[in-house]
Amino acid sequence: MSETLPDIEAFTEEVRDWVTKNKPGKQDFLLPQSFMEVGTDQQFEFLRDWQNKVYEAGYLGMSWPKEYGGRSMPQEYQDIASRELARQKTPFMVNTIGLNWAGPLILHMGSEEQKKAFIKKILSCEEIWCQGFSEPDHGSDLGNAQLKAERDGKDFICNGSKIWTSLGTYAKHMILLARTDPNTNSKYEGLTFFLNPMDIEGVDPVPIKKMTGEYGFCQTYFDNARISEDCIIGKEGEGWQVAMTTLMFERGATGGQAGGHSMMSTTIEEVIDLAKRTDRDGACSTEDPLIRDELVKLIMTSRAMGLNAARARIPALVSERPASIPMSGKLLGSEYAKKLGEVATSLQGANASYYVGDDNAIDGGRWPRGYLNAFSATIGGGTSQIQKNIIGERVLGLPKPPRTN
Amino acid sequence: MNTRRDIEFSEEQQQLLEIAENFCRDKSPVAAVRTQIEVEDGFDTGIWKEMADLGWLGIAIPEEFGGSGLGMGEVVTIAEPLGRNLLATPFEATTLAAQLILDAGTDAQKSDWLPRIAEGSITALALSEEHGDWDLNHVTCEAVKNGDTLTLSGTKTLVTDAKRAEIILASVKLGGKTALVLIDRSALADSALTRETVIDETRRSFRISLDGVSVPAANVLNAAKTQSALARHHKLSCLLLSAEACGGTAACLNETLEYLTTRRQFDRFIGSYQSLKHTAVDILTGMEAARSFLYHAATVIEEEDGETAVRMAKAQSSEIFSWAGDRAIQFHGGFGFTYECDAQLYRRRAMWNTNQHGDAVYHRKRLAELLLD
Ligand SMILES: Cc1cc2nc3c(=O)[nH]c(=O)nc-3n(C[C@H](O)[C@H](O)[C@H](O)COP(=O)(O)OP(=O)(O)OC[C@H]3O[C@@H](n4cnc5c(N)ncnc54)[C@H](O)[C@@H]3O)c2cc1C
Repeated sequence: MSETLPDIEAFTEEVRDWVTKNKPGKQDFLLPQSFMEVGTDQQFEFLRDWQNKVYEAGYLGMSWPKEYGGRSMPQEYQDIASRELARQKTPFMVNTIGLNWAGPLILHMGSEEQKKAFIKKILSCEEIWCQGFSEPDHGSDLGNAQLKAERDGKDFICNGSKIWTSLGTYAKHMILLARTDPNTNSKYEGLTFFLNPMDIEGVDPVPIKKMTGEYGFCQTYFDNARISEDCIIGKEGEGWQVAMTTLMFERGATGGQAGGHSMMSTTIEEVIDLAKRTDRDGACSTEDPLIRDELVKLIMTSRAMGLNAARARIPALVSERPASIPMSGKLLGSEYAKKLGEVATSLQGANASYYVGDDNAIDGGRWPRGYLNAFSATIGGGTSQIQKNIIGERVLGLPKPPRTN
Repeated sequence: MNTRRDIEFSEEQQQLLEIAENFCRDKSPVAAVRTQIEVEDGFDTGIWKEMADLGWLGIAIPEEFGGSGLGMGEVVTIAEPLGRNLLATPFEATTLAAQLILDAGTDAQKSDWLPRIAEGSITALALSEEHGDWDLNHVTCEAVKNGDTLTLSGTKTLVTDAKRAEIILASVKLGGKTALVLIDRSALADSALTRETVIDETRRSFRISLDGVSVPAANVLNAAKTQSALARHHKLSCLLLSAEACGGTAACLNETLEYLTTRRQFDRFIGSYQSLKHTAVDILTGMEAARSFLYHAATVIEEEDGETAVRMAKAQSSEIFSWAGDRAIQFHGGFGFTYECDAQLYRRRAMWNTNQHGDAVYHRKRLAELLLD
């Protein structure tokens, strides 16, 4: 039954060839850099088709079980494919929430029916997933989520709204954290986690304009939306634990993701290249001592993250606080990306004021737009401040503030 | 596929690190550090003897000269715990002097001096001068050759452990060029040494007058190899200083955390205040970066990338050790201002450490040349 595994080098070669031959050429519209920035149908359709193509070629979900649409291969193969896709700067995998957190969650604790129903279509990008965690009044304080889901026989009737729902208008399903029991001692009890269909009556995602003027996320209104108890994942009333498991997948602290990269990262090399194309005081920017220092600091930050990952693989060199490096990745990476955008923009002198749409904008205005969009990662998925709380408390053992009500 | 060497850490290094961590923790609790501050020599000769017996002074000396023939990557695993426990010994200077002799010494010098060092002869480095410039070629001391003898003149500064040293390796100008000279300590009168008062009280630092000192001309290291030896010396010094700083930062952070989790104000632990908690996290992530640079530098130090790697390690570790010490004082409040609070030990050590072989700004300037030009 089991096929023999391809030789690693031959496989690496094969992926490289495939990516070289199949990667999309330059588009005449600016591509988003992550799933949190998809704003137009054109962008969405392009990204969906690309993910589908990668899946059909066999380079996505390689380590997921064959019976649900994966290939049951060792993670190593997926890692090689993911690395190559990123290295050749192909577009990211748009169904990020499905691939990286809903999918792993369903495989981890979903029912057989749920696995059969959802996994393959996550990989093929036939069905997009979104996340319904944040609410207008409760964001960082996720445990306080209040969207109401009242039991009615075998169904639940949902009322309230979720907000900042990325991909909300494109999604077929939502991972939804809702309050099924409002009368519990602790706010963390009484929550239930649903795999909620978006195309039912009473669920209405309404796009919200981002600061860049583009669209990208929604407020999702629930107006007497009726969902079946079969949509529950985990147990009724234990949604908080399921949400925490999801966040573990989201923050990449455990394996299990389908693979592929989930954002297009700007590299420091591109910023250095930009610096070499800009002038200051009649000379190249890279001759300005303060700019040089700024660039060196960014190079160091970027190297440090790579070297942290290398060191984290050596237990003897992380023994004092093994969780430190894995738990700091999101904070460091997102803050670095934002800084990179800020410095890149500031290099452009007076021209830094041109924006996407103006012919004079350097590189089509990608830098200032990239800087503004970089806040998506310093806010979304747990803000940098919340990350610092978590690291301070879990890694350094510092006390939480006293509870207030 | 990935040919770049990031971090490699051998079984041997792992064992050494563990042994050194235990050794330093046992021998150098803070109380012992404070005792040594009061003691004339500033270090415990018993501990030094044990370090020699463990073979630590010969780690990076080839077997043919009485060492164990390992590399600087192994030395780092000793230097980091030494820094962590503020255990001041002539370990770094002695190790670095041996490398200078190895790099630029004649065959005779290597076989005469290296076995002595491997056995534990304390060696002092006399490379700094009154101008305080980090440039190792900014040397004003002079040597004049008369037949088989060199007559020296000028003053060297910041020579650690000179008083107890058996060997001193000094830089002088000879015929207009920087030269390195081995001086047997017995060639120096006691009056040639003046104890200096330095910021890090765990150190014993001396000013040495070379006026009128004569040494055999055979004690000059090979002129043709001196420049490359000095360049490597700068890198290795930065490597060991980074190791020491990483260790020091870790201990300093723990010292701060201890206070943040026990001291209460306004009916809550002060560590629950975010301006303290988040700063502690910044120190943690800065320290993790420094340590990753350090072990990367330890991996590639002898390769082409070594210079970039070690300058990053030095820049980052100097900066974060200083910041960790600075915040340690502030976060202890009034107690932090006292001599009794250990925060000052770390802050003062960090100042000493940063002021050797270039601070962060100095190294970032060199890095810009390496990375942007
Ligand atoms: C681009 C983007 C896409 C997103 N996509 C989704 C999505 O698909 N699904 C979804 O559910 N959510 C999504 N989010 C929401 C995101 O998770 C929340 O915005 C985030 O958790 C913060 O919550 P909030 O907006 O309510 O801000 P608040 O929690 O109100 O925070 C406001 C400010 O206060 C700070 N703050 C709050 N509490 C503390 C504290 N205890 N200590 C210190 N500082 C604190 C925060 O750091 C922030 O600076 C997205 C957000 C963005 C920006």
